[in-house]
Amino acid sequence: MVNRVLRVFRQSLDGLLYANSQSMCSQFKVDILNGLHAFGSSVIRAGTTKDSYKAALYLVSASRGAGDTVYDVTGEVSGANYTAGGVAVTTGTAPTLDGTTAIFTPSASIVYTNVTLATAFDAMLLYNDTSATKLAVAVFTFGSQTVTAGTFTLTMPANAAATALIRIA
Amino acid sequence: MLIHTTHGDLEESTLRKVEGALDSDHEHTTWVEYYLGDELVHRSAHVTLKQWPEGLTGVAERIG
Repeated sequence: MVNRVLRVFRQSLDGLLYANSQSMCSQFKVDILNGLHAFGSSVIRAGTTKDSYKAALYLVSASRGAGDTVYDVTGEVSGANYTAGGVAVTTGTAPTLDGTTAIFTPSASIVYTNVTLATAFDAMLLYNDTSATKLAVAVFTFGSQTVTAGTFTLTMPANAAATALIRIA
Repeated sequence: MLIHTTHGDLEESTLRKVEGALDSDHEHTTWVEYYLGDELVHRSAHVTLKQWPEGLTGVAERIG
């Protein structure tokens, strides 16, 4: 009787200690952001260095969104001191994990200095400037703005699971 | 203080300054405008993003 009770107790304990759980490995999410996996056809990379990214601004009348695959000049803002393609994005902090969420956020504000953008704009496209086709990453929207002989600054959110600019939960 | 304007750098005291702000779940935005008479000669804006776009929410939910 005692042995039977002990066996049942042992089985219950094993169930607590050795349970498998269906899950996506957290590090895999970071590895995706670092380009370490390719389930489909990939590209030949010139080296192991990180890619360069840019941020382009788009008019309110543009149609940027989830369907974008590459940087597109259509609907991009134009004006004094704004160069088509936008400005470089600072990527000083590598993708990492916050809990089980992979996160990435540019490490500095995105700044368009001394520009005049007279036609209202409300979106920024983040894209890969290293890739030959300028692959799109994400579109970020904000309240409609214009700039006159001034500076437009996009300050990044906190690099955390709930707020990072790019996150894979 | 000099303000860069469409007419070059002008002393701030000669201009009319208008400031504004917007705060939502999505962003915190401030802007400053300077007028020379009724003419807008400078406008700068500062957007602080608070959240990632909704499109990525879907991606996260499908992957996670």
